[in-house]
Amino acid sequence: MSELETKKSERSAAAKWSRRGFIGAGVLAGGALLIGVGVRPGNPVGKLAPLVAGGEGEQLVNSWVKIGADNIITAIVPHCEMGQGAHSVLAQMLADELDADWSMVEVMQAPTDGSYIISDTARLFAAPFTMNAADWLEPTWDGLFTQLGRLADVMITGGSSSIRSTGQYQMRIAGAAARKMLVGAAADEWGVPPGEIVTRDSTLIHEVSGKSAPYAQFAAAAAEQPMDSSPALKDPKNYRLMGKSKRRTDIPAKVTGKADFGMDAKIPGFDPADLSYAAVRRPPVPGTSVTAMDAEAAKNMPGVQQILNMSSFIAVVADGYWNASQALNAVTAEYSQSKSPIKTTADQFAAFAKALDDAGDDGGDMAASRGDAASTFDNAPTKLEAEYKAPFLAHAPMEPVNCTAWVRDTDEGAKCDIWTSTQVPLMARSAAAGALGIDADDITVHHPFLGGAFGRRLENDYVTMAARIAKATGYPVKMIWSREEDTQKALYRPADLSRFKGGLDADGKLVAYNNVFTQRHDPAEASVPGIYNIPNTSVRVAPAELHLPFSAWRSVDHSQQGFFIESFIDEAAHAAGADPLEYRLAMLGDNTERHKAVLEKVAEMSDWNAPRAKGTGKGVAIVESFGTVAAELIEVDLTSGKPKLLNVWTATDAGYVMNPDGFRNQIEGGIVFGLTAALYGEIDLVDGAAKQSNFHDYKMLRMDETPAIEVAIINSGAVPVGGAGEPGTPPAAPALANAIFAASGKRLREMPFAKQFT
Amino acid sequence: MITFTINGEQQSLDVDPAMPILWVVREKLGMTGTKFGCGIAQCGACTVHLDGEPIRSCSMPLAAAEGREITTIEGISGEDGGINAVQEAWISEQVPQCGYCQSGQIMAATALLRDNPSPGDADIDAAMSGNICRCGTYKRIRQAIKVAAGIEQPSSEETAA
Ligand code: FES
Ligand code: FES
Repeated sequence: MSELETKKSERSAAAKWSRRGFIGAGVLAGGALLIGVGVRPGNPVGKLAPLVAGGEGEQLVNSWVKIGADNIITAIVPHCEMGQGAHSVLAQMLADELDADWSMVEVMQAPTDGSYIISDTARLFAAPFTMNAADWLEPTWDGLFTQLGRLADVMITGGSSSIRSTGQYQMRIAGAAARKMLVGAAADEWGVPPGEIVTRDSTLIHEVSGKSAPYAQFAAAAAEQPMDSSPALKDPKNYRLMGKSKRRTDIPAKVTGKADFGMDAKIPGFDPADLSYAAVRRPPVPGTSVTAMDAEAAKNMPGVQQILNMSSFIAVVADGYWNASQALNAVTAEYSQSKSPIKTTADQFAAFAKALDDAGDDGGDMAASRGDAASTFDNAPTKLEAEYKAPFLAHAPMEPVNCTAWVRDTDEGAKCDIWTSTQVPLMARSAAAGALGIDADDITVHHPFLGGAFGRRLENDYVTMAARIAKATGYPVKMIWSREEDTQKALYRPADLSRFKGGLDADGKLVAYNNVFTQRHDPAEASVPGIYNIPNTSVRVAPAELHLPFSAWRSVDHSQQGFFIESFIDEAAHAAGADPLEYRLAMLGDNTERHKAVLEKVAEMSDWNAPRAKGTGKGVAIVESFGTVAAELIEVDLTSGKPKLLNVWTATDAGYVMNPDGFRNQIEGGIVFGLTAALYGEIDLVDGAAKQSNFHDYKMLRMDETPAIEVAIINSGAVPVGGAGEPGTPPAAPALANAIFAASGKRLREMPFAKQFT
Repeated sequence: MITFTINGEQQSLDVDPAMPILWVVREKLGMTGTKFGCGIAQCGACTVHLDGEPIRSCSMPLAAAEGREITTIEGISGEDGGINAVQEAWISEQVPQCGYCQSGQIMAATALLRDNPSPGDADIDAAMSGNICRCGTYKRIRQAIKVAAGIEQPSSEETAA
């Protein structure tokens, strides 16, 4: 193919994808349909059709599939699209089972319908699915996600769950069931046995009689067919779309500026130029409120419409965000006193240290226990003791927090519409209902694309605020947080302090591992070095208060624990005088074939045993999280006196990857996210408030600092399949710390690293 | 009254001349492809072209556009009116994740390639390091710039697998 032809076909592909992209982007976007478990017995299409069947001649075959008169198949996807490619890959899974023509498949965000609240996502979160590698882990069932799962409003996009749960248990079943219904309808009409009908590219074919028909022709009749809730699914050797790097459906709209994010919400019937905007300020210290406000100087400023003291925050509503934020700057306020004794970062770490001191060598809540770690340590010929620190971190999604709300009285009572970027649309609806004192059924949540989330948009604090503002004004208001507000008044990845005592026997083998820290949220196994065979282990949590509120942050506890554990294991390897990679391989426990494979793979990719240039170093780390095993190997150059990242090699095993290119994109992003935290991430406390405010002091990795990244995928076939969004993050910081040690002999036990090289 | 051209169309607006171009474009003109990320010229999400040069529209008052030409993501296109070579490469390399930073990235890359049709890694670093991607798509942005420049072949769905 000549270059010109390549361009041409690229362009026509782009035109086609654009159209699909727009639909995915929210033309039909409503709230969220919560779909938890597979296909329910009994077909609910009659009830759902009005919610999702938009175009003329469209037929909803079952809850997740509709077919247009033009034979376009729409996959109705219940997960939010925040950049992880869930919309596209879930459609791919459905379309494969349906034998659909992929060039004629579109994606639609599932609309709100509270009567379909059943959750397999919750079940997945509740199940300790990595137990095989950590079978001596004390099971705990009350982590964050499990608690969320117990709530009625489960519709979570998080926990790397889209493919693992929704894809495997819903989309594939929905596609296969729809296919069976289409075949059944054609068999009835043609008077032939269903077994003689084959399906291909959205066409039903009866070879014996030479009959064939597009799916569209039988869509209506198919909807009348009985629905099989456990249809046979394809064997991997018959996959046509699964396992292939199909291009994402959401991307074309994201290169033309046409993709709508929450920030871009447009209110039907309102010219954007006439919309009202709110700038907000919350008290600087968590848990305090506004006790006095002076808005004299602000109230006559240009464009100002209302200035609201909502006690938990101040809002200035104006004819544009600029005017609102200028006026907000002119508002002065006083705040209540915080009851927290913690004012500074040092206070927070002193509180952690006290909790750990009180717990001693055997106190606290046991997370994992085996053998006798304390006495083995006492008798060990080589003893290692180390204390690790991780700071608070903000999520800093690229799209600052925002929410648009419109509360109005109608003949049927108060109604509310919410437009926002959220990972939990149904919980957002409940939060708004609570704030407004109206029924959740009277609230519609519209949720277009998310400009990043990383856990931040699992929280609904901002939805509540926007609803309250809109109630006070009576007209639609788009509330936008400044980046400063977003960084300083958010919820945070917790800081923590973790202490280790390790005992090595005469052969250098790690025989005692005693670890205590203060923060355990989720997943429960994150703090357990379960992949290693360490005969005497005591892992304990001695809980301590956090001054800043918690929220899940990409990979949750793995984000600190990965750094703590894999750095300490590296210390043990060096204390034993062993090669850190060989040491890990030798220490792997039962059922760790996948771990061995990824370690061997990164060793090969990085040419681990090749001689290293002076001043450079390579470090390795391995973390299993969210069902995926990831080994990362980083090469760093310290010759300038500061760490320069050269290379990251990663080998992953998620069991089976549904879209390899999409998976790689997620792992690459997860690595950059982890390296950003490792080098720069830090929220300090000053006078009880978060200090860092914007990207000048809450730094992000940039283009010129980003190393070459290579991602290898191993499809071991392990089930259940693992996630993609989070597993790239946890090994990045320890691999970098270990590389820095290899290059310089400097052991970094505290994040972030960059400021330790000045 | 401030008069300027935006994406080829003349506009006269009666707004505060101190208002940053970002908010004028997004709120007064309803073009939301240009994004707010930081408001202090740190992230590049708001990048537009002013007389062809990439600027941080969050930190540039509308007064600076008097009599000049603003180009936003909505105003760049290929010769046939479709997407341009940079946008095509962004698709072939499957660059965006959340996509929120990408309008700014594409505006920065488009300006780079116009000035330097065959940029090396150092040129890419220099032109693109003002643009943050929190999703971490830098590797793909670099590759896509090289594809748009014709230095590297585009990935197809098959090669990407
Ligand atoms: S919003 Fe303008 S540089 Fe960040
Ligand atoms: S793609 Fe999400 S910030 Fe760049």
